[in-house]
Amino acid sequence: MTEELRKAVDALRAENADWVASEVDALGEVTITVPREAIVEVCSFLKGSHGFDMLADLCGADLGPEEDPRFAVNYHLFSTVHYQRLRLKVLLTEDDPSVETVTVLWKTADWHERETYDMFGVNFVGHPDLRRILLPSDFDGHALRKDYPLRGYEPYSMN
Amino acid sequence: MGLENTLFESLPDVVTVKLDAVVNWARKSSLWPATFGLACCAIEMMNTVSARNDLSRFGAETFRASPRQADVMIVSGRVSRKMAPVLRRIYDQMPEPKWVISMGACATSGGVFDNYAIVQGVDKIVPVDVYVPGCPPRPEMLVHAITMLQEKIMKESVKDRRDAFEAESRDAIVPGTLPVTEGTALERKTEVEVAQNTVSRPYSIPSRHERRRSS
Repeated sequence: MTEELRKAVDALRAENADWVASEVDALGEVTITVPREAIVEVCSFLKGSHGFDMLADLCGADLGPEEDPRFAVNYHLFSTVHYQRLRLKVLLTEDDPSVETVTVLWKTADWHERETYDMFGVNFVGHPDLRRILLPSDFDGHALRKDYPLRGYEPYSMN
Repeated sequence: MGLENTLFESLPDVVTVKLDAVVNWARKSSLWPATFGLACCAIEMMNTVSARNDLSRFGAETFRASPRQADVMIVSGRVSRKMAPVLRRIYDQMPEPKWVISMGACATSGGVFDNYAIVQGVDKIVPVDVYVPGCPPRPEMLVHAITMLQEKIMKESVKDRRDAFEAESRDAIVPGTLPVTEGTALERKTEVEVAQNTVSRPYSIPSRHERRRSS
């Protein structure tokens, strides 16, 4: 982990120790697991004080129907000022896969959160326009979940 | 289509043979495609039209952007479930006589994409006349497909063509793929109702102008 990132993570911990639930530094990448209630505060802290002005990616992951928590939402932050990357991970359970939206901080989160909703069913509270973006609007189910079959439910017929 | 169909339906076959030859020659020699390049096969379609393999040698002089001015729809590329009703609508907007060439593996059968998002063969949505395999097919293969279609057109008869019935085009929209229109959840049909009202459809749509020919 570089100096800049070390400073950012330490500042995070100093601000509120609950924010850094766990920290992983592997393969040259730093991942911080954040509790889901705190994600907007963490992101605005990092954006404001540490120059993480770009949300490079926001994506979801399904860890499997038997895992608890089941879903993870990854926020890939990038700082154009310091040229540093940081990953924030929020773990969500299956019965309440909702997290607050970060569109107030980065406009790009709009469509990324729509895609995560479309593919995994993660509900983003406060999103301006949460609807399907890639699949047809009346598609039934969330396609990238591990228990959704690859071929879908209408493989060879139109009925 | 009206006049020649209704007139010559009542005439015996022998009278229309000479007329068929002329009409079919005219139709096959000026097949104007509608641009329906969806994905990578569209690049090969562009190659077919460009100078090295020149498709306008065979009559496909212009690719009309408007389906209302086109004769043949070359579906080149994978058709997603979201795109399927759009494809059908463009096909319905083409006036008779019209033909469809399904270009490439994805349009023919779903290709490498055997999943929830891609329609497994565009013949589930529109009746197809010529299938071209390949990923992508070489431009010469598409030229051969146009030639095959021209041979097929020569075998047709003026009396065969009918206008599409409105009910058929309405039923042809792939169920479950139309975007949700306005209305609250109470006004829209529930999924159970939609499933009960769906039309049972054959595996693939047969071409309408092949009704008279059994093989």
